[in-house]
Amino acid sequence: MVCNMETDLIEDMDIEGLPSMWPEDIGSDKQFNVERPGGGQDMLEEVTIPEDQTIVDFKRLLELTNYTDKGSSQMAYLVKHWEYRQSNAVRLLREELDNLSRQRQESELKKLEILEEHRFEEEGYGGDKRPISIMDELSDMWKDVCPRKNDVVFQSKRVEVDAEYDTVEYWKQRALDLEKMLEASGQREQALMEKLNESVTNLEKQSSPVEELSQILKRADNFLHFVLQNAPVVMGHQDKELRYRFIYNHFPSLHEEDILGKTDVEIFSGAGVKESQDFKREVLEKGLPAKREITFETELFGSKTFLIYVEPVFSKSGETIGVNYMGMDVTDQVRKREKMAKLREEIAVQKAKETELNKTIHITEETMRAKQMLATMSHEIRSPLTGVVSMAEILSNTKLDREQRQLLGVMISSGDLVLQLINDILDLSKVESGVMKLEAAKFRPREVVKHVLQTAAASLQKILMLEGDIADDVPIEVIGDVLRIRQILTNLISNAIKFTPEGKVGIKLYVVPEPPFAKEGLKQKSKAYQSATDAVKEEKHQPKSQTASDQNGFHDKKHGEGYQDHKHDDDPGTPVSHGNSMDEDLEATVWIRCDVYDTGIGIPENALPTLFRKYMQVSADHARKYGGTGLGLAICKQLVELMGGRLTVTSKVHCGSTFTFILPYQVSPIEENSDDPDDLSDMADQDSVTDDVTAGFFQFQPRTLGSLFSSNGTSRSKKLLPNSIGFASAHKVNGFSETSYSFPSNNRQKETAPLEDACSVAEVAETLSEPESSFSHSPEPENETEVSRGKQCHVETTSWFQNPATESTSHSEANREMIQTSKTNEPQKICEMQEKPDRISQSPSSSSAEVPETKPKPKPKILLVEDNKINVMVAKSMMKQLGHSIDVVNNGVEAVHAVQCQNYDLILMDVCMPVMDGLKATRLIRSFEDTGNWDAAAEAGIEQAMPSSGSSNHFKRIPIIAMTANALSESAEECFANGMDSFVSKPVTFQKLKECLEQYFP
Amino acid sequence: MDVVSQLQKQFIDFSSSLYREGYVDDQFSQLHKLQDESSPDFVVEVASLFFDDAEKLINSMARALEQPCVDFKQVDSHVHQLKGSSSSIGALRVKNVCIAFRSFCDAQNREGCMRCLQQVSHEYTMLKSKLQTLFRMEQQILAAGGSVPLE
Repeated sequence: MVCNMETDLIEDMDIEGLPSMWPEDIGSDKQFNVERPGGGQDMLEEVTIPEDQTIVDFKRLLELTNYTDKGSSQMAYLVKHWEYRQSNAVRLLREELDNLSRQRQESELKKLEILEEHRFEEEGYGGDKRPISIMDELSDMWKDVCPRKNDVVFQSKRVEVDAEYDTVEYWKQRALDLEKMLEASGQREQALMEKLNESVTNLEKQSSPVEELSQILKRADNFLHFVLQNAPVVMGHQDKELRYRFIYNHFPSLHEEDILGKTDVEIFSGAGVKESQDFKREVLEKGLPAKREITFETELFGSKTFLIYVEPVFSKSGETIGVNYMGMDVTDQVRKREKMAKLREEIAVQKAKETELNKTIHITEETMRAKQMLATMSHEIRSPLTGVVSMAEILSNTKLDREQRQLLGVMISSGDLVLQLINDILDLSKVESGVMKLEAAKFRPREVVKHVLQTAAASLQKILMLEGDIADDVPIEVIGDVLRIRQILTNLISNAIKFTPEGKVGIKLYVVPEPPFAKEGLKQKSKAYQSATDAVKEEKHQPKSQTASDQNGFHDKKHGEGYQDHKHDDDPGTPVSHGNSMDEDLEATVWIRCDVYDTGIGIPENALPTLFRKYMQVSADHARKYGGTGLGLAICKQLVELMGGRLTVTSKVHCGSTFTFILPYQVSPIEENSDDPDDLSDMADQDSVTDDVTAGFFQFQPRTLGSLFSSNGTSRSKKLLPNSIGFASAHKVNGFSETSYSFPSNNRQKETAPLEDACSVAEVAETLSEPESSFSHSPEPENETEVSRGKQCHVETTSWFQNPATESTSHSEANREMIQTSKTNEPQKICEMQEKPDRISQSPSSSSAEVPETKPKPKPKILLVEDNKINVMVAKSMMKQLGHSIDVVNNGVEAVHAVQCQNYDLILMDVCMPVMDGLKATRLIRSFEDTGNWDAAAEAGIEQAMPSSGSSNHFKRIPIIAMTANALSESAEECFANGMDSFVSKPVTFQKLKECLEQYFP
Repeated sequence: MDVVSQLQKQFIDFSSSLYREGYVDDQFSQLHKLQDESSPDFVVEVASLFFDDAEKLINSMARALEQPCVDFKQVDSHVHQLKGSSSSIGALRVKNVCIAFRSFCDAQNREGCMRCLQQVSHEYTMLKSKLQTLFRMEQQILAAGGSVPLE
């Protein structure tokens, strides 16, 4: 079937050399790898590679190649290939034949020529022949078939005859030569014929296509094996029923008979087998090649992952008749890939953790910062507040009328409370961290309640009735942390007031039996209280308390309901007496229940659970309307629980709420009034202490708004002393004095004391604080010379202050010395001290001191009495700017001396000074102006400086302006009472000074 | 002139921070108003006088408070002095501490006094360093050929 085509094809084929290198062929043509059974079993035997690697069902393969598309195309290709080569060979042979026949013709022609030459005596022979090379580029395959013919060369030789032309000799010779040539030609012909024959036989011997093809296939097979020798690849073909027909496996574990004709499922068992079978079937059905990764878990080769490529095989008619299948072991890769994925996953998790951690760190830092800020803020608020409160406390020690005292009391207790609150904000964090310490001190619950209500009433802005109701069985004194309890009460009350538009708000106190939670609470309490409670004692009854069983039940209900249920179904055998039995020695525990009730807006049911949370309010609306931080109840709850109690709430919307807390208190057995009232630090108000301590009911009615701002201050004090203005216009709590209990009318005489009284108080204070009293002990008058020097004293100090930096030190030392000497009852030494500078400095102002005062002066003479060098410096500088020069002295004594020596138009007098203060100096000066003599001064120990000059004059009243530091001892009243005309508050400012001077020197 | 204006800006910032943080009050600006050609260094002089004085007073207070039997009146008089001085130059914080200090003296509260003493010396040190900085800035401005801005 192949050979008969050669003649037809030969004309069409391109004449070209066949490529001889296998790999090129393979690279360009992948089809060849379908094996052709060609030589049958024999061919495979020649294969050097061990045969058992490839198991082939040859019959099937033959069928395959015959029936499948691929097979037939493969076949066609091979045939074509073979035909091509064959035709090539034929062509070459034919050429050779042509060549030979041509040569024969030539030689015959030559023969004729020779004959003709003989006839026509022709010379020369043109039969020159070129060598013809055939199949220059023959493939090695064909070498032996078509050997090169270049050895066959025909050379024409001109026959040379030496004999004379046309002689017999010549012709003979010539005939001989020709004879030889003919002979040679005949020989050549014969040789050629032989060769042709040989060639033909050779050709015949060579031309089996099967052999050639089998060789090709052998090479292909070799190459395949060469490449695939170590590849972890399995290849195979399976028929329609997925039975193996062919398989190549480099590492076979099964024999041919175990595989061929069987399906995957029949061969293997284990995970993945079914899947691969299904996959193959899928490909078979779809008719499209596909890849898949399948992990096998078989007994045969363990756990392995294969990447499987399955390709359908079609018959010529387009039907699927099986699949080609190729598998590669990718177990390692898969393992690596999985490892990578795992690592990536871990990295991702790690990263997520890291960000989470960072977030946490950030939040923690924020919290820390916030807490720190809170602490700082609290501190910052606390500092100035301490000033306010302590000032108010000091104020309370001065002469005040009853109303002022009341106001001040409220002010102080409110201030205290603010301080406490700030402390408690700080404490809140302590409570949370568990380091909060409670204090245990005696206090009177009635008074706490009263105070809280009183404080609330003082700042009440609406018409509300405030009530306090304390049952008789509540002990007069108990031990607990009064500040916290008060804080709780205040918080609850202010809350109640805030949310109650009208009606009443009140506190009810009564003793209850020990609540069920107490057993658990005792433990905490004993920890929290640092003193007063005997730890050992507490330990003793702790084991008993462990049996408490219903504490959980309590927790569940506590938000929704009040205490009542529990109180009633609690065993009646454990009331107060129970506590007594436990603490036999000194203290007994009493449980006091406190209800803070109101008739306010109430709390909706759904808001109750979050009510005690920090920064939580019933709703955003409420927050807007009522304000507040939402911290109050949280603090209360924490405090109550810290003290071993419980805080609960019952409420009905629009009807009101009741906050209830039950707390244990220690009761000291000696609870009568014998206690020192000073213990009750909270109860500073003496009025209420002297009030009857057992009063159980208080009521505070709303004060009338009309009386709010009625001022009781005098116009003068109002104008002059800002402090007094503040008090005078402060809220009057008229309501208090009208109510049944508070601020009763047992007026102390001090409160209504007249003005003189204040003076005497002031005097007492001043004699206490000044060492000046020594002067009164030694009222011995000095001689004239000493006195005359006294007038110089102001001059001397003035000169000092013109160069303050250098001399101030010595000055102050001198000053101190003066004070000390004055203490030692030797006033004359002062003058000696003053003497020295006098001698040194030829003071220019000494002359001006002699200027008579009667003349109308172009410039007013001003004296500044001030002990503080800095104040002097500032004041002087200000005066200079105002165009005044001033004399300066340092204390009251010097001031008197100065006045004795000179007439001044104005004196600026500091109030508080060493040696003699401004008030007394003023009094002495006034006394001189009134009486015309300095007797009073002499009595006070001041010798007269100039006897006649002052006395002869009319005693004009010198304006004396007090300079006060607004301290309490320098109140305006005192200044006026001592004869001062007006005052400038310190620090002296330019403006104040100017206004003041304008008043006196228009 | 750029340097000068920068320095001036710095100066204003710093001095307003002093006011804002309560180290000094309006009285301090009063002092500045008193400073003119005839007394160009008035503020510095007053301040240094104040510092000398305050230091001595604080030392005296400390000594007095160390005594086994504290003479609170003596302490009080020192505090009073310091309060007067600080009030005069407008050293607000020092003054405020003095106010509290005096109340503790009145109450004869040694603990409180000790606390206040610490506070007052702290405030004093703070103020001193702040004002020194301020004065140094003034000097720099003057050295750079500018004028100290008035607020």
